[in-house]
Amino acid sequence: MDTSPTQPAEQMTGAEMVVRALKDHGVTDIFGYPGGAVLPIYDALFQQDDIRHILVRHEQGAGHAAEGYARSTGKPGVMLVTSGPGATNAVTPLQDALMDSIPLVCISGQVPTTLIGTDAFQEADTVGITRPCTKHNWLVKSINDLPRILHEAFYVATSGRPGPVVVDIPKDIQFSTGTYTPPAPVEQHKSYQPKVSADIGRIQAAIELLASAKRPIIYSGGGVVNSGPEASRLLRELVELTRTPITSTLMGLGSYPASGKAWLGMLGMHGTYEANMAMHQCDVMLCIGARFDDRITGRLDAFSPGSKKIHIDIDPSSINKTVHVDLPIIGDVAQVLGEMVRLWREQTKQMDRSALSEWWRTIETWRARDCLAYRPNDNVIMPQYAIQRLHALTKDRDTYITTEVGQHQMWAAQFFGFEQPNRWMTSGGLGTMGYGLPAALGVQIAHPEALVIDIAGDASVLMTMQEISAAVQHNAPIKIFILNNQYMGMVRQWQQLLHGNRLSHSYCEAMPDFVKLAEAYGGVGIRAEKPGELDDAIAEMIAVDKPVIFDCRVANLANCFPMIPSGKAHNDMLLPDEATDEAVANAIGEKGRALV
Amino acid sequence: MNTALQPPASAYFITEEKEQNERRTLAVLVDNEPGVLARVIGLFSGRGYNIESLTVTETEHEKHLSRITVVTSGTPHVLEQIKSQLARIVPVHRVVDLTTAARERGHDGPIERELALIKVQGIGEQRLEALRLADAFKAEVIDANTEHFVFQITGRVSKVDQFIAIMAPLGLVELCRTGVAALTRGKEGM
Repeated sequence: MDTSPTQPAEQMTGAEMVVRALKDHGVTDIFGYPGGAVLPIYDALFQQDDIRHILVRHEQGAGHAAEGYARSTGKPGVMLVTSGPGATNAVTPLQDALMDSIPLVCISGQVPTTLIGTDAFQEADTVGITRPCTKHNWLVKSINDLPRILHEAFYVATSGRPGPVVVDIPKDIQFSTGTYTPPAPVEQHKSYQPKVSADIGRIQAAIELLASAKRPIIYSGGGVVNSGPEASRLLRELVELTRTPITSTLMGLGSYPASGKAWLGMLGMHGTYEANMAMHQCDVMLCIGARFDDRITGRLDAFSPGSKKIHIDIDPSSINKTVHVDLPIIGDVAQVLGEMVRLWREQTKQMDRSALSEWWRTIETWRARDCLAYRPNDNVIMPQYAIQRLHALTKDRDTYITTEVGQHQMWAAQFFGFEQPNRWMTSGGLGTMGYGLPAALGVQIAHPEALVIDIAGDASVLMTMQEISAAVQHNAPIKIFILNNQYMGMVRQWQQLLHGNRLSHSYCEAMPDFVKLAEAYGGVGIRAEKPGELDDAIAEMIAVDKPVIFDCRVANLANCFPMIPSGKAHNDMLLPDEATDEAVANAIGEKGRALV
Repeated sequence: MNTALQPPASAYFITEEKEQNERRTLAVLVDNEPGVLARVIGLFSGRGYNIESLTVTETEHEKHLSRITVVTSGTPHVLEQIKSQLARIVPVHRVVDLTTAARERGHDGPIERELALIKVQGIGEQRLEALRLADAFKAEVIDANTEHFVFQITGRVSKVDQFIAIMAPLGLVELCRTGVAALTRGKEGM
């Protein structure tokens, strides 16, 4: 495989083409699991040293690891799986990447072309199954198409709104020989040409509208992270220039620093009171790379009723999908923000200073409600306290955080202050329990020297626990920080709110001993049960150069507040000091409860 | 804007659709590659959109292009989503809303035509009546013997509907319709 990329075209097998195309697209690490239908590709991988293959324990783990790798580097993540069950196990990460716009290239083996359609061993209609959970997918039917499809796959995954793609390659195509052509310097697709440069007239209109605002707010999202570091830098510059309060979705955390003066905290169902109140009462909303998800908007007919809305998004289908906007701007966030900042400076635009000061005073009164307050406890570790200590003890390090899905995820978003983009990997759209552990593996592979922590829940982490074995194998010293409350906390919280406190199957009665489990896998187990021992235990966890499972025993019945209950608007939040048992029981109306 | 319903103990915000449905004819130019029709149909079923009629054939062989004509219905908001979701499919080159394009040019709608083949069985007076009506509808006889006709009728959807309804009591045994083919009026292309 000692071939130079300067040679324009040469003969090689399909399997060699796959490896070569990965190299030509700058791929250095892939995540996968071998099987019958991908053995030729694994054989080609064996005979080269440029691409490192990370063997996982389940294909879902390969997908989430590749997602974590992609999210933390800005490069596409690559996974390699076999046909049939290999491909079907990839479905969850593919859908996860689709909903969170993560560039993910999945290469799957397929039974030989002559056997397709015969119900052959390990045959599945991979392109059929993955069609709705990918941005695009291909079944390669001829060796002559393979190089073009591989290059197209990288182009589609990474351009426009990023997303997952699948290239399904039958085994006979992997064996057959053809001519490999390297990728074109500038990829030009015949039909897929996403618009990245926005209409300048609309950008001008946007700064006029923003300058006219008396109660502006910026609502930013994952699109800022996807657009690259320059987008985050420009976002900070725009906030600096305009003193506009800024909130962000779960996916957008870190684009604007949590320590920044204009930061209101996350918005939405478990967002801060000040962020949601400001969204409700603003007169101009600048939405940047976010999509008005239902966890963000709450009740749609009461969503920010008095505001003019500007929406910057690279995907035209995001415009007016759920919320009507007054000024849509289709384009790449960095490009649009660059133009906005440039025009703002050139035209020496000014905000209405007195109105803005008044607006900030109002926001301060909301902030004074201290919506994230919780009652400290000397005997039991409060989960919020655990996150605060974890943040305090890791913030001066090169730290990356992943999460599973549930209460711990929301507490991490609320209490762990993110200062930089690409440092926060979480399953936002799909809400995939089991995402965080393999994602942490992917992040650690990309950043071997960094401190990578999966803030986990005891239920979620068991869904992909086996990947700790992959972390041990690949010397990836990931830290699994489990907020262990012995419940599926968020499920239980909803059952308390909506289902008469009938805790149907949300208690895990046979929890493993996580310390012993870590040891069984060849990692290190640490347990903390009292607030007093937490700091030392976290310091010990950081010091260990091995995968760690940290069993942090937290208050079992703590719930996640503030919260916008079902069917309520942004100005109708349930705050922690109001969340008495009675208030929780009555958070939904009489009629609603009658339906329980 | 839809109004929120009383939450039936749900983790979702459930709303009631208030807007009226409209009918639109869309032309979708796609690469004629395997699976492209499945992508389009999957989009409609996956997102809960309606398909009233669907017609697909390769239209430009050397460019490898197919034209899909889809008649759909939905609220104006949903129709906008359908168009942008279709445009997002990688092998889709263009999506043109023929209904809106025609209205912008001052027409009621695009030219829409359909072809149907209709088999009618009968003898005696009933058979003659079928033939007389077919003649009135300018339907052609494609196949016949003493006990049946196969008619071919082309025209607007409403005309085909009407002809089928009339044939029903006269011994209609089988029919096949192509779905709508549509173009805008005037000299400009789409």
